[in-house]
Amino acid sequence: MDKANGLLILAMTLFTIGLTGVIIRKNMLIILMSAELMLNGVNLSLVIFAQMQEVVAGAVLVFMAFVVAAAEIAVAIPIVLLLFQKKNSLDINEYSDLKG
Amino acid sequence: MQFLENLLNNLDNFLIVVFAIGALMGGIMMLILRDPMDVAISLVSAMMFLAGIYGLIEVHFIAAFQVLIYVGAVMVFMIFIIMLLSNCDKSMMNKYSPMLPYTLTISMMFFICFFILFTKIDITHINRLTSFSVSDFSKVFMREYWFQFILVAVLLLESVVATITILKPQFPNILDNLDTAEVKNG
Repeated sequence: MDKANGLLILAMTLFTIGLTGVIIRKNMLIILMSAELMLNGVNLSLVIFAQMQEVVAGAVLVFMAFVVAAAEIAVAIPIVLLLFQKKNSLDINEYSDLKG
Repeated sequence: MQFLENLLNNLDNFLIVVFAIGALMGGIMMLILRDPMDVAISLVSAMMFLAGIYGLIEVHFIAAFQVLIYVGAVMVFMIFIIMLLSNCDKSMMNKYSPMLPYTLTISMMFFICFFILFTKIDITHINRLTSFSVSDFSKVFMREYWFQFILVAVLLLESVVATITILKPQFPNILDNLDTAEVKNG
């Protein structure tokens, strides 16, 4: 197995672990962190594909994904804080009444 | 002696394997550990190992961004919030949802599909992964993608404004309290 294949499999594994975390964990903060792990896996695969194709645009896209991840966290954390203020809990099952 | 020579000749490949195992262990620990602070530390370690991998495959600027933006900004913010809330919430210690068996099944299928796909990618025509220098990145970034970067920067600014807009009605004196704290500390 080549280095690129190995790194792509690592990226895919990190994405799968993050996806599993998003679905099975119940704490909102841990779900957010699992989503970050998924994003890390995608970033790694983007870098590998960019290097394989010799296109710098992939690296630029990764840089923009970093900025978007920072923006996502900046918005998500206040929402988590406000939800916590409402029900004093971060358990997502407590918020099942939000489903329309 | 021969082993040491081989190891030194292939030191970068050896380190990539070590860092990949470290990143995987960090991810798996995120699923296993219960305390959010432990989970955050696992994620930080996984991100640091990934930064090491970026460095070894010669995309040094991505490694620097990974450490500066993810570990230095995003995760420090996350750890700060965990420290703020961890003593108040007993549900922090809840572990898994009842969907665990279904999720594991779906994740395994997902994993197997992508494993087959990625191992079948034909890379025989590629001699090695191309390294990108900071100057390559900067040239492309400033000539072709400056407008997209400005759009993303505006998005980041909007998120900061949104944060203040979300928090201000709930904590109307939040900025005043910060000023008062500064005066007291000063």
